Amino acid sequence: MRDVAVVGFAQRQMKDFDGSPSMAELLVPILAECYEQTGWAKKDIGFWCSGSSDYLAGRSFSFVSAIDAIGVLPPVNESHVEMDAAWALYEAWLKIQTGEVDTALVFGFGKASAGVLRRTLTLQLDPYTMTPLWPDTVSLAALQARLGLDAGLWDEAALAEVVNRSLTDAEKNEYAVRAGGSSVGELLARPMFADPLRKHDCAPVTDGAAAIVLAAGDRAREANQRPAWITGIAHSSDGLHLGTRDLTTSGSAQRAAAAAGGTDGVQVAELHAPFSHQELVLRSALGLGDDVALNPSGGALAANPMFSAGAIRIGEAAKRIWDGSADKVVGHATSGPALQQNLVCVMEGRN
Amino acid sequence: MGKIPAAVIGIGQTHHRAKREDVSMAGLCREAMDRALEDAGLTLDEVDAIVIGKAPDLFEGVMMPELYLAEALGAAGKPLLRVHTAGSVGGSTAIVASSLVQAGVHKKVLTVAFEKQSESNAMWALSVPIPFVMPVHAGAGGYFAPHVRSYIRRASAPSHIGAIVAAKDRNNALKNPYAHLHNEGTTVESVLASQMLWDPIHYDETCPSSDGACAMVIAAEDVAKTYEAPAWIHGTAMRSEPTSAAERDQVNPQAGREAAAALWKATGITDPAREIDCAEIYVPFAWFEPMWLENLGFAAEGEGWKLTEAGETAIGGSLPVNMSGGVLSSNPIGASGMLRFAEAALQVRGRAGEHQVDGARRALGHAYGGGSQFFSMWVVGSEQPAN
Amino acid sequence: MTVAFDYTRSTGPVIGRFLTGLRDATIVGGRLGDGRVAVPPPEFDPVTHQAVTEFVELPDTGTITSWTWVSEPVAGQPLGKPFAFALITIDGADTPWLQAVDVASPDDIETGMKVRARWAEERTGSVTDLVFVADDGNAPETATPAGGTEDVGLIVTPVSLDYRYAASPEESSFFRGLAEGRILGQRCPKCRKVYVPPRGACPTDGVPTSEEVELSDVGTVTTFCVVNVPFLGQRIKPPYVSAYVLLDGADIALQHLILDIPAEEVRMGMRVKAVWKPRDEWGTSIENISHFAPTGEPDADFDSYKHHL
Ligand SMILES: [Zn+2]
Repeated sequence: MRDVAVVGFAQRQMKDFDGSPSMAELLVPILAECYEQTGWAKKDIGFWCSGSSDYLAGRSFSFVSAIDAIGVLPPVNESHVEMDAAWALYEAWLKIQTGEVDTALVFGFGKASAGVLRRTLTLQLDPYTMTPLWPDTVSLAALQARLGLDAGLWDEAALAEVVNRSLTDAEKNEYAVRAGGSSVGELLARPMFADPLRKHDCAPVTDGAAAIVLAAGDRAREANQRPAWITGIAHSSDGLHLGTRDLTTSGSAQRAAAAAGGTDGVQVAELHAPFSHQELVLRSALGLGDDVALNPSGGALAANPMFSAGAIRIGEAAKRIWDGSADKVVGHATSGPALQQNLVCVMEGRN
Repeated sequence: MGKIPAAVIGIGQTHHRAKREDVSMAGLCREAMDRALEDAGLTLDEVDAIVIGKAPDLFEGVMMPELYLAEALGAAGKPLLRVHTAGSVGGSTAIVASSLVQAGVHKKVLTVAFEKQSESNAMWALSVPIPFVMPVHAGAGGYFAPHVRSYIRRASAPSHIGAIVAAKDRNNALKNPYAHLHNEGTTVESVLASQMLWDPIHYDETCPSSDGACAMVIAAEDVAKTYEAPAWIHGTAMRSEPTSAAERDQVNPQAGREAAAALWKATGITDPAREIDCAEIYVPFAWFEPMWLENLGFAAEGEGWKLTEAGETAIGGSLPVNMSGGVLSSNPIGASGMLRFAEAALQVRGRAGEHQVDGARRALGHAYGGGSQFFSMWVVGSEQPAN
Repeated sequence: MTVAFDYTRSTGPVIGRFLTGLRDATIVGGRLGDGRVAVPPPEFDPVTHQAVTEFVELPDTGTITSWTWVSEPVAGQPLGKPFAFALITIDGADTPWLQAVDVASPDDIETGMKVRARWAEERTGSVTDLVFVADDGNAPETATPAGGTEDVGLIVTPVSLDYRYAASPEESSFFRGLAEGRILGQRCPKCRKVYVPPRGACPTDGVPTSEEVELSDVGTVTTFCVVNVPFLGQRIKPPYVSAYVLLDGADIALQHLILDIPAEEVRMGMRVKAVWKPRDEWGTSIENISHFAPTGEPDADFDSYKHHL
């Protein structure tokens, strides 16, 4: 395998993006920031890959005009996944591994506020046996949360602790759309939204976009003084149907972590947990001990832009390598209802 | 460590029809997948990862349908990737599956692409009104017809070239049991006599709307070598450009030219018209055959129609094109690109049945999408590439 | 705006069997290779990957495995008032099924509670043919009659989503101009090309277009087609000419309609002028221009627009 590192990362997250669904105008400054970080220009990028969703935008081929932000004449070597940009990053990493290119820029974007997000996501479900009931994503997560409560795997206080820590850390994140710590007691006094979940247990609807630059070997060292070397990256999927999987664990996250070489020695983990209890599920699936700093960015509970939030976790984790505050980190992304798909990206300061 | 050589060791497709009301989406995909697995002598459990492609989710009204399909497709417990690059997606999906093997991550990857257009109405899904845009579009035909007119003008092409392509492809489809359209007796005259839908495009010069799926198993060198006739992947290329840009060439798009140039370079091909034995090219409207022959470098600019007119693109000609009947005879949009890639592989494996080109050793599979701005293509061969 | 379509779904044999059961007020499970019974039956066995072919008719009673309270229902949800979604394990089944439960409040539901189906009188073969209610042990005495004779093989599932659309600041300036009867383009600061509408990102350079350029409403037809085909959602009645019009001063053509001339007389290179709707019908839309009509000037030279094809 070639040595490949995360060498650039830029993001924009907001409650309500007042602009076009392709978000090209939001991507322009994001890409500019990536160029500035790496000292590169468009011509230095060998491969481009993006992640987004037509249904989020409400029209077919929504990703098409987003690539205008790159400036695509002359044409570029480019691909797109209908997934979070973390999987676009995976495709780009593969492309570098084939030896065809040495550098890649991946991006994701989504304007969740254009529709009613928890209803839009209902279209991800089984169209014959589930969607006609319009089960919203928050309800599905709540069913998962109660299974864990009933089984004694977590209690409401544990969920509130996750929220309190996340929103406290989010105060230092300029992109958080929800921030401000409180106390477990105060959080538990708030009303239920989707019993047993309160609104603060659910990620806020967020618009946003993000980009990550990958590079191999010397190109990485040229772009970043301390590249975040990807020493393991893998993903896996479970079935969607709630009846046929154990929702209190995450088999796919566990398999992805194992295939990425495990998380021994990881100091910082950025987990993509759109619901508080899911952080607990992931923490155990990824085998992260109490000594691992979780979601110093505030995580998805502070901001969760669809189709880039997973990639943002990888970017946030990489930043801890760049600034020298950690030597080994993990970034994680999820997709689908109740943690159906998971991707794990382990990065280290030394390759 | 260099790229791991990879090859297609299993191919499957559905019978493509306007409406496959006998199957669900899962059933449609599994029909193609099970054929590909049987061809490769593998079970779903033996596959390392699944890469799925389809065009816009609005066609079936399911957001990221691979999620709910995961169990039925045997992807639960495995890595599952979903690619969407507009009409080129079937090709791009195969390329992503290839890179999983070439990167050395997996040994056996199953890739599948599908569209069940009968669940909705493609014209609707493609023409959902966007505020601020004049609603003059009438689906894909309305989009491409003006560019066909531009080609005819630029190349000074006779007006019956599209009909030659349509008659050829419809007759090729008669040899392909999986093809959607089996229109006996299609002739240049009958095509020209069909209704003018989007002038200058006649009804018989347009693709049908189909339900269908295509699947392939792509394996690493050590696995592929144990097979009798693998289709070795000699090279792949993808390029994108903007949908609309000042002075963008919409007849002979730069992205297509550059993708082809990159592909010929990667495969060491200097004279594609001579070195490629046959080509499956994404031709949803008949006139795109001469346009893409030029774009791909098989003919000089303005000369593509002469190859078509001379019969060189028929089976038996110097460069047979769309032996399967092409997109003009079957168009499950998301799968159409993969069908092109798969037909190229079938040809070099010598397994194309009645539409086999004698002695095909190197073949091109090509797909494009959007408003002619996304291109994906590969060259497969009966021999393992030297590099 | 609303994106709505009634999807027609072919169910295949397994889901068809399940939905036919619901239509007839019967819950049908599928037997998996390991002997378990799953509701709804999966089309393919998750372990053996074989098509599920053995079906089991089950009672319409079960036990709640998990539940949540939908305090703010969204459009399309079953009861039109706050209700519970629950995972319900049907008696005789081994896997839970996601369904709605009609109880008055979250205090009236708990894990382990027994529930039974309340069937709709009119049933079509859909998971909306029933909701669950607390099972007080008093099941209705009369059996619910079957809902039809043909097997369910095709279902119609309406999907309707509302979206709020917005434009980039550059596009917005274009639409504000239209409201004043002006066509405003913008020049890219790098390649100097004039875009109409302006762009949040010049597709060549990836920077926003900036310098405003007011364009003439006269231009040249670069290419076109005659649309003869009617289709769903179409807002202009065919036949009509859909053309690319390169406005004088612009570097990119706009798509619009050509009228006031027989379709067969429209030509590449034809000079045309915008015909505006009456001012009181104007909005902030390109449709303020009703169509383009010939100016009567001589056709433009092919060389003058050949780079715009
Ligand atoms: Zn420019």
